[in-house]
Amino acid sequence: MLKEHDLGGIRKKKKKRVVAKQLWKYVAKHKKVFILAVILTCISNILALICPMVSGFAIDAIGTKVGEVKFVKVFIYVGMMIVFYVLSAIISYILSVLMINTSQKIVKQMRHDVMDTFFELSVEYFDQHAIGDIISRISYDIDTINTSFSHDVVQLLASVMTIIGALIMMICLSPMLVLVFVVMLPISIYVTGYLTKKARPFFSKRSICLANLNGYVEEMLSGHKTICAYEQEERIMGEFDDKNLEAVNAYYESEYHGSLTGPSVTLINNISLALISAFGAIMFLYGKMSIGQISSFVLYSRKFSGPINEAANIFTELQSSLSAAERVFSFMNEPREWKDLEDAREISSCEGLLEGKDINFGYQENKLILKDISFKANPGNMIAVVGPTGSGKSTLINLIMQFYPIKSGDIILDEKVYSNIKKASLRRQFAMVLQETWLFSGTIYENLVYGREDATLEEVIEATKAAHIHDTIEKLPNGYDTVLTDEGVSLSAGQKQLMTIARAMLLPAQMLILDEATSNVDTRTEKMIQQAMAKLMKGKTCFVIAHRLSTIRNADTILVIRDGSVVERGNHDTLLRKHGVYAGIYQAQFE
Amino acid sequence: MDKVLEYVKRYRKDVIWGICMKFGGTLLELGIPWVLSYIIDRVIPMKKISLVFIWGLVMILFSVGAALGNICANRVASKSSMQITRDLRHDLFNKILHLSKHQVDTITLPSLVSRMTTDTYNIHHAVGMLQRMGVRTPVIVLGSFFVMFSLDKIMTLVLLLIIPINILFVYYITSHGIPLFQKQQKNVDNMVRTVREDYTGIRVIKALSKEKYEKKHFEVINEQLVKSEKKASVYMAITNPLMNLMFNVGMAVVILIGAFRLNRGGTTIGCIMAFNSYFMTLLAAMMGITRIFVMTSKALASSSRVKEILELPEELVIASKEQYPVDKSFFQDSYAIKFNHVTFRYHGEHTPSLSDISFQLKKGESLGIIGATGSGKSTLVNLLLRFYDTSEGEIYINGENIKTISGQKMREKMGVVFQSDFVCSGTLRENIAFGRKCEEENLKLAILTAQANELVELDVDGLEKRIYARGNNLSGGQKQRLLLSRALAAVPEILILDDSSSALDYKTDARFRKCLQKNYPMITQIMIAQRISSIMDMDHILVLEGGRIESFGTHEELMQKCKVYRELYELQTGGDIDVKGA
Repeated sequence: MLKEHDLGGIRKKKKKRVVAKQLWKYVAKHKKVFILAVILTCISNILALICPMVSGFAIDAIGTKVGEVKFVKVFIYVGMMIVFYVLSAIISYILSVLMINTSQKIVKQMRHDVMDTFFELSVEYFDQHAIGDIISRISYDIDTINTSFSHDVVQLLASVMTIIGALIMMICLSPMLVLVFVVMLPISIYVTGYLTKKARPFFSKRSICLANLNGYVEEMLSGHKTICAYEQEERIMGEFDDKNLEAVNAYYESEYHGSLTGPSVTLINNISLALISAFGAIMFLYGKMSIGQISSFVLYSRKFSGPINEAANIFTELQSSLSAAERVFSFMNEPREWKDLEDAREISSCEGLLEGKDINFGYQENKLILKDISFKANPGNMIAVVGPTGSGKSTLINLIMQFYPIKSGDIILDEKVYSNIKKASLRRQFAMVLQETWLFSGTIYENLVYGREDATLEEVIEATKAAHIHDTIEKLPNGYDTVLTDEGVSLSAGQKQLMTIARAMLLPAQMLILDEATSNVDTRTEKMIQQAMAKLMKGKTCFVIAHRLSTIRNADTILVIRDGSVVERGNHDTLLRKHGVYAGIYQAQFE
Repeated sequence: MDKVLEYVKRYRKDVIWGICMKFGGTLLELGIPWVLSYIIDRVIPMKKISLVFIWGLVMILFSVGAALGNICANRVASKSSMQITRDLRHDLFNKILHLSKHQVDTITLPSLVSRMTTDTYNIHHAVGMLQRMGVRTPVIVLGSFFVMFSLDKIMTLVLLLIIPINILFVYYITSHGIPLFQKQQKNVDNMVRTVREDYTGIRVIKALSKEKYEKKHFEVINEQLVKSEKKASVYMAITNPLMNLMFNVGMAVVILIGAFRLNRGGTTIGCIMAFNSYFMTLLAAMMGITRIFVMTSKALASSSRVKEILELPEELVIASKEQYPVDKSFFQDSYAIKFNHVTFRYHGEHTPSLSDISFQLKKGESLGIIGATGSGKSTLVNLLLRFYDTSEGEIYINGENIKTISGQKMREKMGVVFQSDFVCSGTLRENIAFGRKCEEENLKLAILTAQANELVELDVDGLEKRIYARGNNLSGGQKQRLLLSRALAAVPEILILDDSSSALDYKTDARFRKCLQKNYPMITQIMIAQRISSIMDMDHILVLEGGRIESFGTHEELMQKCKVYRELYELQTGGDIDVKGA
């Protein structure tokens, strides 16, 4: 029987394999480039590795005695060295550029795929996931992968090659002296491994503590005013000091442990150097080695030290980028918005007859939000939905707009069942004005024609005039071409609402969905919004989540919803006469 | 960096001690190639194996010494940089907490947060690194220079040529590279903003089937980002190959010059080899310089941002009683609050947010404030709490000018709930008591009055219920009740509610107001509201329009004399019915 953590391990391994497979898809497109990169790395490193050998030849050609320098040879060898070094530098530069280009291509494709996924996900996903999470995947995680491809892969390859190459060269020079490394190399690898492994938990503790501190600072500063109002500065300071101390201590420990590796590896290398010098000298005395060979050997042994340390670092970085890739892919693998049925039809326009039949719906399996909801709106009718927050009003809109799939019951448009209509074409039949106004950074004009790019300027102005926003726009520095940004020009809440109304007016839609704002605007703007809304609603089948009495009074049907069920329905007058829930709500404001 | 240097000075001893050890360790490290050349040139010709061993041992001793020195120095450096950062962060946070509201407005919260986090982190990183590598690199460069100079003056000229070129080159690359990285960062921000927008607007995008359009739009942004990233990376990629090239070619040149000099008896073969070895060491050290440059320039920018905050002047000082004497007449009338011709302009703004506001309230009276957004309601409360000082006119509490009241004394009197107020992670009790010593019965009464008892009773943990950051596990109404409890928990003399009951439904709102009157009869109350129904029973109602008092009186009086008020009333009862939680 497998123990639980063994099972976890197996699952992890399997997961890693899946991630690697998906990663390979991106890499495979650039297979040739990667092969070229490997070849270039080889050439560049071989050139760099030959040089110490050549320099050894040069030193031998110089010899130890005055007046016996073989100049021709020295010139040839030095010339070779320079040529090799120049070539090696050029190749390694080309290699870097090549890898940067390739990794940028990969990263671009990844971002593209993430955003492709983004727009294919259902609204449900966005309702359940925080934006910060998605952003960290598309920026931070992909960035980590980028570094790996553009830098780490080549570096790791180069390190491994340098280690192997230097070892081969040293064996060629003197198999006896290499014995020093037979002892020292395992020690070096062990020490590096041991120290990095020991330091790792300190590093993760450090990021946790820092994240804690940052979170605390952000939280407390957001309450700056309240803290001042209750004179809590000192208490907060005390709490902060604790968190700060924890963070700097964690930083200290990680730094201390991390900075052990460098000197330790250097120490081992220096000891190797000492041993090589001593044994080399002895071998020279016995005539087994020339000075030039010792010199080359020393240079090779120096080349040895860096890569071992570096390879260890890169290995940890590769691990973190693998887990970054896992996060990116898990986003890409999220289930998409459900597909239209195969025989679903495209519709280009509609009459506006909307009917709901016995709708039951819950976001979770066992918790119904809407129970047995039915309604019917004739073309040009207005249905108002009234009820407390959490009663299911927005859920109803989610279904009508097909943001969520209907699970039981039906909605029927012009006698066509929803499931027989293609989602995109269905949604286009509706204009929507929501409580949370959404404008993007772009010009006012771009925002207005967002739903209908072919609208002429005359049409746009007609709409903005009807929405009482034309004059405001004209007064802006660049009129309709004014760019809305976070820092620059921004509109007030009321003006934004008018903008979205104007945008909705431009749409050819026959039906309207309105989530009325519980307005936070001044009386004048409020009046303008009401007037604009009235114009917008004219002649359309309207579905309104109502907060205003004036809206509700004019509604053809009022649905009073409570806990997901329709408790009352009828128009204003009949409902008032009933003296039921609706009448209660209506009276409450005069109490 | 001067501000950071002040902190460094506090730990002068540690820093100097660390630098000395680093210095010693690095010198020993530099000695190793020198010993190598000594063995080859002097020891080998003597042909004594025992001497070879002794000098080999000397090399090992040097190595051990160097390692110990470096490790100890690193430890000391980490320790001092940690202490420096701790102090710096403490002072910075303390300063930020005591900034005036006006200062917070001008700098903005996100900017303060990033100074507290990213900037102090950059400084920490740089202070540690500069102590470790910043010492080592110059010592290695200078040290090898001297050793090489003593070994062979002519061959050192090669180095003399390479090093300045290298430093210039590094300087050039980094100073041109940093703007490229900044541009890249801008493009990253742009991408993040786009994703954020698409996230918030997903319903609109889907409703209008604009997915393809948005994909194309993102493609453009992606392309821009990739371009700038590529440019910056390719630009920086030249550094390593070029540095390698310079030192390696330099080494070859040294061999060539060495050959000529040795031929004339000017140098030895061991010396040439030592040069080779030093060149390798130098190359490794110079590679680090690029990093130090980038780090330091980052930290310099950060430290000037931190300094900017630390050196802000202290605002809102407590003035002396002589300057603003107590007005005795208030005690007789028992006016709790008086505004005397108060005018206020936000910093740098021309038009006043409030002009010529005068009114007074007796102890136990209540005032409702109503008006459109931007009419100055919240500003009025901010002035009463002395988050800002008035531009003209004075405000008095119990006859004392608020400029003379100490922060603590003043806040003790007040219970406040702001618009979208702050709920922090912690228990319900912690959030209500909010660090004050509240007696249990006061706490209970506050909870009862705020209609929050069901919130407490509903949960098995009662008052110990865990609240998430920003109160994310509470509904709007529950949050509101918690905040009202907090405001009442210390039995304040003055209760200020800035649009605090908007998340409560009509019935709960009414019950709260009744309980408040019953349980806290002596409380003076100021309430800002959107709904007329919340304030129509108040003793006084103040209608603000465009920062001026439009009208002041009771509900009945205002219905008679104030057009704005009447209009609002009609619009609300004829228009707005809020059915939340009904």
